[in-house]
Amino acid sequence: MPGLFDVLGPVMIGPSSSHTAGAARLGKLARILLGEPPRAATITLHGSFAATYKGHGTDLALVGGLLGFSTDDERIREAFEHARRQGLGVTIRTGDLGNVHPNTVRFDLVGANGKTLSMAGSSIGGGKVEVFEIEGLPVSISGERPTLVASYPDRPGVIAAITAVLARERINIATMRVTRSGKGKTAIAVLETDQDIPEKVLDEVRAIPGMDDTKVLRPE
Amino acid sequence: MLLSELAARAKSEGVSLGQMAVRLESIEAGVPAEVITAKVRSMLKVMKEAVEEGLRDPARRSRSGLSGGDAAKVARRLTLGKCFPGNDLLARAISYSLAVSEVNACMGKIVAAPTAGSCGIVPGTFFALKEALSLEDEALVDALCAAGLVGQVIAEKATLSGAEGGCQAECGSAAAMAACGLTQMGGGTPEDCIHAAALALKGLMGLVCDPVAGLVEIPCVKRNATSSAVAIASAEMALSGVRSFIPPDEVISAMAQVGRSIPESLRETSRGGLAATETGRSVASKFGSVSSTLDRQG
Repeated sequence: MPGLFDVLGPVMIGPSSSHTAGAARLGKLARILLGEPPRAATITLHGSFAATYKGHGTDLALVGGLLGFSTDDERIREAFEHARRQGLGVTIRTGDLGNVHPNTVRFDLVGANGKTLSMAGSSIGGGKVEVFEIEGLPVSISGERPTLVASYPDRPGVIAAITAVLARERINIATMRVTRSGKGKTAIAVLETDQDIPEKVLDEVRAIPGMDDTKVLRPE
Repeated sequence: MLLSELAARAKSEGVSLGQMAVRLESIEAGVPAEVITAKVRSMLKVMKEAVEEGLRDPARRSRSGLSGGDAAKVARRLTLGKCFPGNDLLARAISYSLAVSEVNACMGKIVAAPTAGSCGIVPGTFFALKEALSLEDEALVDALCAAGLVGQVIAEKATLSGAEGGCQAECGSAAAMAACGLTQMGGGTPEDCIHAAALALKGLMGLVCDPVAGLVEIPCVKRNATSSAVAIASAEMALSGVRSFIPPDEVISAMAQVGRSIPESLRETSRGGLAATETGRSVASKFGSVSSTLDRQG
């Protein structure tokens, strides 16, 4: 049976759990995965997101999420104004992202220090989301559990090194998925865990030789 | 789990359905009961603020300009003593339900209960009854937990999504949840509560989801108000000893089956019903031309 708080909640800025709350969550996940405040964002809206974003405030929610606002943050209503003040330039466009969920968005971000991120995700109902693509690679991230996202040049031993750190800290891995663009090319590992991954542990993972980039997504 | 099992268990353990919901959630989530009730209490606070916010500014409109001001109209008639005699509870529930739904349409803060589109029904009816019976907040917290339990069973056996089951799954479920909570606050037994839920679900069975221009505004805001009336009627019946002839769990199964039979055009796609009327289509075409701030930037 679904939990009590799957029925009651989320506490959110209206009007739609999928088109507003889920959109804000996707924006916030993109900000965390970028790893720094974004200064430029191109947001491509697909399907129902593209058709109804103005009336649902999906654009406001996505931008609010990029600014780090949670689903119940009333600043979402003035997200464009906050974006201007924080130096975030936004381009909203609509497009066909292929055979994906009707409520899908792609972010192409540039951060304050020049980091870039391409991420696609869907709002799958009730405020729940799924990030399904990072830098063109297939992933599956719900953000409902602590999630470690590591990218590195594909080579033997990296997964063993990551899991060794988690094992030593008694952090249990719930799910794990590794994907790569090709043999020896960029690989992304996504590990969902039962316990939080503290910054100290994250630093240890970051220190693994050859690691490009590591982020932790934490449920709210 | 079945509603009949939950009601029987609550009776044998001598607890309310709300307390039963807290016990189950406490075990499932592995956290103390106080943590659960504290979270529910914080949601109740947001609900109360949404009722108040929705009545504060009658001139406030949604981003589309389609919603706002109706809660205040009903509240004003009530204040002037012009409502039908003896109808204060219903008029207040209608006004509060509109208020919360208008806040939602205006991008205000609400609690999805069970969804954002149906977020006015539970708080609208609960706070109206609180005033009528001078109830303590704790009675509302317990009733909200009971309402949640009904929603949990519907989510498991049927659906709470308009895209899957039509509006009966959203406003119908919310009315069932509200009816259960109202009945508990009215002193009903767990058995009374689940029958109130069944009566409300039956009253709204088959209701389609046909939002004009795909927005959570027309007819959603006003359907919250009319669904609140169904919730109150159902609670009155259940507290009088009226029973749903079809057992509550079978009503939920029927709702699921009806939901699967509703054509896709009437499940949140805005291709049928009110969305497909001449006026609905003209709003949709007009709406598509509204320019947002960002388009000018981009």
